[in-house]
Amino acid sequence: MEKKEKIGVYVCHCGTNIAGVVNVGEVSTWAAENLKDQGVVVSRDYKFMCSSLGQELIQKDIKEYGLTRVVVAACSPHLHEATFRNACKGADLNPYLCELVSIREQASWVHTDKVAATEKSKALISGGVSRVVYNEPLEPLYVPIHPATLVVGGGISGIQAALEIADAGYRVYLVEREPSIGGHMAQFDKTFPTLDCSACILTPRMVQVGSHPNITLLTYSEIEKVEGYVGNFTVSIRKRARSVDEATCTGCGICWEKCPKKVVDNVFEAGMGNRKAIYVPFPQAVPKYPVIDRENCTFYIKGTCKACEKFCPTEAINFAQEDEIINVEVGNVILATGYDPFDARRITQYGYGRLANVFTSLEFERLSNAAGPTGGNIVLRDGKTVPKVVGIVHCVGSRDKNYNEYCSAICCMQSLKFAHLVHERTGAEIYNFYIDIRAPGKGYEEFYHRLLDEGTHFVRGKVAEISDAVRLPGEEGKLIIQVEDTLTGNQLRVPVDMAILSAGLEPRRDAKAVAKQFGISCSADGWLIERHPKLDPVATVTEGIYIAGCVQGPKDIPASVAQGAAAAARILGKIMQKEIALEPIRASIKEEQCSGCRICNNVCPFNAILFHEDKMVSEVNPALCQGCGTCVAACPAGAISGTGFSNQQILSQIEGLMLLNIKSHKETVPA
Amino acid sequence: MSKPKFAMYWAASCGGCEIAVLNIHEKILDVDANFDVVFWPVAMDAKYKDVEAMEDGSILLTLFNGGIRNDENEHIAHLLRKKSKILVAFGSCACEGCIPGLANFSPVKEIFDTAFSTISTDNPDNIRPQTHYAMPEGEITIPTLYPVLRTLDQVVDVDYYMPGCPPESHQIAAVIDLVIQVLQGKAELPPKGATIGAGNSTVCDECKRKRNEKTIKAFGRIQLIHADPELCLLEQGIPCNGPATRSGCDARCPSAGAQCIGCYGPAEGVVDYGARLIAAFASVIDSDKPEEIDRILDGLVDPAGQFYRFNLAGSLLKAAKPAWKSNGG
Repeated sequence: MEKKEKIGVYVCHCGTNIAGVVNVGEVSTWAAENLKDQGVVVSRDYKFMCSSLGQELIQKDIKEYGLTRVVVAACSPHLHEATFRNACKGADLNPYLCELVSIREQASWVHTDKVAATEKSKALISGGVSRVVYNEPLEPLYVPIHPATLVVGGGISGIQAALEIADAGYRVYLVEREPSIGGHMAQFDKTFPTLDCSACILTPRMVQVGSHPNITLLTYSEIEKVEGYVGNFTVSIRKRARSVDEATCTGCGICWEKCPKKVVDNVFEAGMGNRKAIYVPFPQAVPKYPVIDRENCTFYIKGTCKACEKFCPTEAINFAQEDEIINVEVGNVILATGYDPFDARRITQYGYGRLANVFTSLEFERLSNAAGPTGGNIVLRDGKTVPKVVGIVHCVGSRDKNYNEYCSAICCMQSLKFAHLVHERTGAEIYNFYIDIRAPGKGYEEFYHRLLDEGTHFVRGKVAEISDAVRLPGEEGKLIIQVEDTLTGNQLRVPVDMAILSAGLEPRRDAKAVAKQFGISCSADGWLIERHPKLDPVATVTEGIYIAGCVQGPKDIPASVAQGAAAAARILGKIMQKEIALEPIRASIKEEQCSGCRICNNVCPFNAILFHEDKMVSEVNPALCQGCGTCVAACPAGAISGTGFSNQQILSQIEGLMLLNIKSHKETVPA
Repeated sequence: MSKPKFAMYWAASCGGCEIAVLNIHEKILDVDANFDVVFWPVAMDAKYKDVEAMEDGSILLTLFNGGIRNDENEHIAHLLRKKSKILVAFGSCACEGCIPGLANFSPVKEIFDTAFSTISTDNPDNIRPQTHYAMPEGEITIPTLYPVLRTLDQVVDVDYYMPGCPPESHQIAAVIDLVIQVLQGKAELPPKGATIGAGNSTVCDECKRKRNEKTIKAFGRIQLIHADPELCLLEQGIPCNGPATRSGCDARCPSAGAQCIGCYGPAEGVVDYGARLIAAFASVIDSDKPEEIDRILDGLVDPAGQFYRFNLAGSLLKAAKPAWKSNGG
């Protein structure tokens, strides 16, 4: 060390959050006395360092003592690192010369032993002091923001996001895997608790998307490749061949009317109805152009038929059409890829797939939908019998250690909605089998009471089994729901005509692949992870990638819409700034030390490392790099260094933590 | 004008370094032509007291091989430091502890038990070495073993490091050439503390094998794998230490079809060799299932030997706690 640094140490009480456990006064005095040799010239404690008075205290010391480094012992850097860095910046000290030491999350909140917590706080500060000496002044990197946005997923959340951004005057590329946008909401008949017609409120938005001058709608398309970084992503989109020329097709519908090939529709109709080999998923589909399902189309199987081509008045059928790769430049991305319903077949004891009259929630949605296969008549699998007794099973696949431990959030309300529709349309007797009724939304509790008033039975208990094995008189021809009523302690056998399994929500099967493609991460359950569960719910750890709707976790329509709008607002804010300052915490590779062993090449979650075959060295793209440090750890040659996390910084911090920086503590190799 | 003086010494080492020096063939004549060899126990007779009698700083170049395991090693290390202008930690033992350093995993008592009381040892009276023993002729002594082996620079100030187990003969020849050129005023010495007689990157830099992005589904011992002769060994699941090991040997082992075991020590910029390799290997394991990862890791049958074979004493760990805390035999 050529020049001795002048370091200020600031110990925060955080009210009683820290001071209640850690003796902050003692810690502060200790630092002043024992860390003198490391350069500490002033050490103070203060009630709330993050308050403006606390910040001014630091700024005043920077000026008066000529501090060259600042260590703040307070809460986690997640919370207030920016606060104190800004304070330093305000006093003309480079913000990266300020180091935050967490003595709240890492000491006072996790210990009850006051003496030990105080000693630990000293060690943590000692580590911070030893480290900060090697901190280097850094400047943020500025990159321009491309004003266009990619929205992946055309459900209600993606639709909302796309419209918000497009209405503000910026280009949106909306990519949807299915032939039409609309998502799950398009499959529903009614929405809880208001019983609005789902299609009536959704389709106007869909039409707006379809006709919006700022929205480029790419349905029947999937993301092929993502490259780049915040502000500057290049996205390759595979637009699958519809076999229909969009420029000439008018969406008149003659083709699907004339198509002789019926196919069970497992997607939109949830297997409850049929479509043709050339089809639009539903009448209000956006865009209006049909798609030929090549796996089922007679022409693609046998080489003959071409009925659609014969009847098409505008010669729009194009059997030779090929997939198209479209490359777009965007500044930000919203992932709104939604959820998959839990596969009720996995709970074999509930009989779904084996017992005809056990329905899933999605099947029931189609059954009750006026535009569905039965025209909204709630009937048994035979297509005609109206059920007299209906049992609705809550929490199917949710709140269950064997499947998913989480609560799917919407199943209670969806079950109540089903109960209401059954009551309204059939007058059947209805049983709801629930664990707890969770009705925390606006008007939800009231809806529950409405159902109670309608005479629906509520049985508190987890259903053990649904079977057709008759044991008692009166059970013949019925489905028997076996359950313990936990309020009375009685075992019940409830004979019903129809059982509806209120299936939970699961991450999309390919959620992990999508997360990897966009350089973000999934929780253990598979939901995409937001940057902060409370304060940053739609951003992710990767700058420029946002998430909205059920891709982040189970939620209802209002929450999905709110997230779509929130993500759009976040992005609009970024677009308005025109450029973005990136954290200068970056990894870099010393070319002369890199031997091109390629160990780092695929560890980067942000795809920031490229390999130069000619020079046999790897390189980190500083704009793509998020400073996570994975490659720094992986590099066996020590050729990769992370700014702000150099070997010297880390090793001195460790020395400091072990108090080896203090002469009297030095432990030498025994001789 | 008298010739500059040269010394070479072996502390806790195997003698391979001396052989490597002699292995420079006719170059050894250059050593004799340019230097006055004053102390080299393996090659010529000399007494410690002769060295003690020399003027401080009178030896120009001392190649010191071996780690510091006992008080004799330490005494000579201090002595030669005092008498030498340039002290080179020569070979893996002096630089980083090497194989003798692996004994730092065990307390001295265990080492003695293994050496003197295991079934393969014929020692019915369980005789153990005594540091002092009274004979009719007077007291005789042998050196006292220390709890752990230390590297040369953990004991005295070292000017240069020359890695390798042993250093490659062509590298030794090059270093001798350099020193001769310095003597003749044709070259300058590298900065103090530098590593000499080796490269600045890793063995991979000198390895001709083809490399791809790495993903490892299984580790296996080399004798159990029919290895592709063209492809990176690590990619084939053979735990090759080349990526973290300093270059300088011309990748001799990988070229011959065997994995690098790391004798040239940590590459420039590597603080803890074993930790680096552990992190690197872990980074390319191709699985996210804990059980599968455990199974893959089970393929590394001897982690301590794999990752710390040469540099345990010189690593951040230095020794296992029982050895560290023990106070000799």
